[in-house]
Formats: sequence, C-alpha cells, structure tokens
Amino acid sequence: MTKEKSQNSYFYGLNKGLPIALGYLSVSFGFGITAIGMGIPSVGAILISLTNLTSAGQLAGIGIIAACGTIIEMILAQLVINMRYCLMGLALTQKLDKSFTTPHRMITSFAITDEVFAVAAAERGLIGRRFMYGLITLPPIGWTLGTVLGVYAGQVLPPSICSALGLALYSMFVAIIVPPAREDKGVLCAVLIASAMSCAMYFVPFLKQISTGFQIIICAVVASGIMAVAAPKCDEED
Amino acid sequence: MDSMFFAYLAAMALVTYGIRMIPFTLMRSKIKSPFVKSFLFYVPYSVLGAMTFPYIFYSTGDAVTSAIGAAVAFVLAYFRCSLIVVAVCACAAAFAAGFVL
Repeated sequence: MTKEKSQNSYFYGLNKGLPIALGYLSVSFGFGITAIGMGIPSVGAILISLTNLTSAGQLAGIGIIAACGTIIEMILAQLVINMRYCLMGLALTQKLDKSFTTPHRMITSFAITDEVFAVAAAERGLIGRRFMYGLITLPPIGWTLGTVLGVYAGQVLPPSICSALGLALYSMFVAIIVPPAREDKGVLCAVLIASAMSCAMYFVPFLKQISTGFQIIICAVVASGIMAVAAPKCDEED
Repeated sequence: MDSMFFAYLAAMALVTYGIRMIPFTLMRSKIKSPFVKSFLFYVPYSVLGAMTFPYIFYSTGDAVTSAIGAAVAFVLAYFRCSLIVVAVCACAAAFAAGFVL
C-alpha cells in the first residue's frame, strides 16, 4: 500500500479560510443591501445567509421571494443554480482521507462553496477532517457578518453609496466568469448563449412573462446542454 | 416575516444543503458520462451569465452609472484581478460616476 500524505491540521485550514472569509464579508455586505432594496426583512436576509452560504442561489432566491414566486420555482431554481456543488462535492470525495466518516461528511458539506472547494481541491494529496473543519470555520462567519452589516448599514448609509453597492454581487460574478472565458472558448460560448437568452427573456414581451427563477433555469440548462454537445469536457479536471 | 417567508427559506436552505451533502456523503465513485460531466462543467458559467445580464445594467438603479461600474469590472476581471478588487473598484466607479454626472 502506498503511503499518501494527508493534510490534517486545523490551524493550517483556519489560515487558508481567512482570506475567503474576508472576501465574503465584502460581497455579502452587498447581498444585505440588495436584499433590503428588494423588500426582504432584515432578519430574513440574515437567516438566508446563515442557512444558505451561497451568493448566486441567494440572489435568485430573494428575487423569487420579491416576485412572490412559487415554492416549486424556488426549489428548481436552487437545484439548477447550486448544481455545481454536486460536482464539487463529488470531486472532493476523491481526496478525503479515512478520518472523514459519514457524520463528518454531513457536517462539513454544508460549507462547500466555490472558494472553499477551490482551496481544498488545490491541496496536494489527501485532506483530513481537521483541515476541513479549520477551512470552513471562518467563511460562514464572514458571510453572515457581512450580511448583518449590509442589512443595517443599508438603513444608515446615504442612498448614493447603497445604490453603488448594488453592483457588488454582479461585479463579483463578472470576476468569476471573465478569466475562464478568456481561456476557454466553450466557457465563453456558454456564457454568451446564456446571457443572450437572459436578455431576450428580459426584453421580449412574450418571454417576459416567464418568472425570474425559471428564466435562469431555462438559460442555464439550454446553454450548458448545447455546449456539452458542442464542446465536451472529457479530460480530468484535477 | 410571515409563514410564507419561512417556507421560501426552508426550500432554499434544504435544497442547497441537500445538493451539497448527498453527493459528498454517499457517492464514492466518479461520474463516467461525458455528457453529464460536460454539462455540469458548463452550469456555473451559464448560470452566472444568465444572472448577470442584463441585470448588472440596472443594479445601481441608473443605467449610466451601472454601465460604468460594469465596464470597470470587465476590464479588471479581464486582467485577472481578485474578486474583492473587482467588486470594490466597480462599486467605487459607479459611486464616483454618480457624483460627476
């Protein structure tokens, strides 16, 4: 049996999680302000951040709440938008050492976000549960605290600042999309197809009737489906 | 907050947790279907594309300041600035544009 080294230090993980938490603090500040702007109650916005820990899903969620969408729409939207976590979870299972028994998997999976996944996946060799607990200690605190600050600052800050902060989440999305789209034509095409469809649904009178949650689902499924056929990704990711 | 809000909250939280927890806890083998793998690979990008456009141009409540902020975000993202740098600079640009215009 080959001896594979396992990273299992709590404090090493904690250290790796700190920059993620700081980044979340600023982005979820924007979420808090956006939520208040959409008429979500302060405590409601904080509870959403505490229990969901995901930017895109939460933004779509408050859009559906604000538009009084159906629960089915909410469930489907969350499924599609957060489907990537399924893939990330699967990829991470290949790196877990034996300390990851079922209860620990059930607890730590709560905090699998894009950034947490990226850091954990970048570790060489296997990862242990102590490392994972360290890594996920600070990001949920940063995310929830940022929302608390945004929710209450949004009621104190001048409107000119609050409206400018409405850009925070969207500009973060741009920062996530653009670099890979530069390098991968398939990613670029997927983004362009989804964006064009989304704009069509926003502006074309008949398509406008489709609610926000379903718009995102349709755009994502069609664009990803087309690109999965046109430019399959069969190579190993890691 | 009414009971409908808690129904929304429960739906969001449970679906989001389930989608993270179930594969991480149960599945122990790799996905084999090239189509499913490829589809899942493209999902995050198409979701974010659909969520960003055209909404980013309405995000500050004013088309011009939104567009200026969005342009700053694009340029910085193109040069691979970190998420925080892009977000802070885009907001600052929109804020400044609001004063100048």
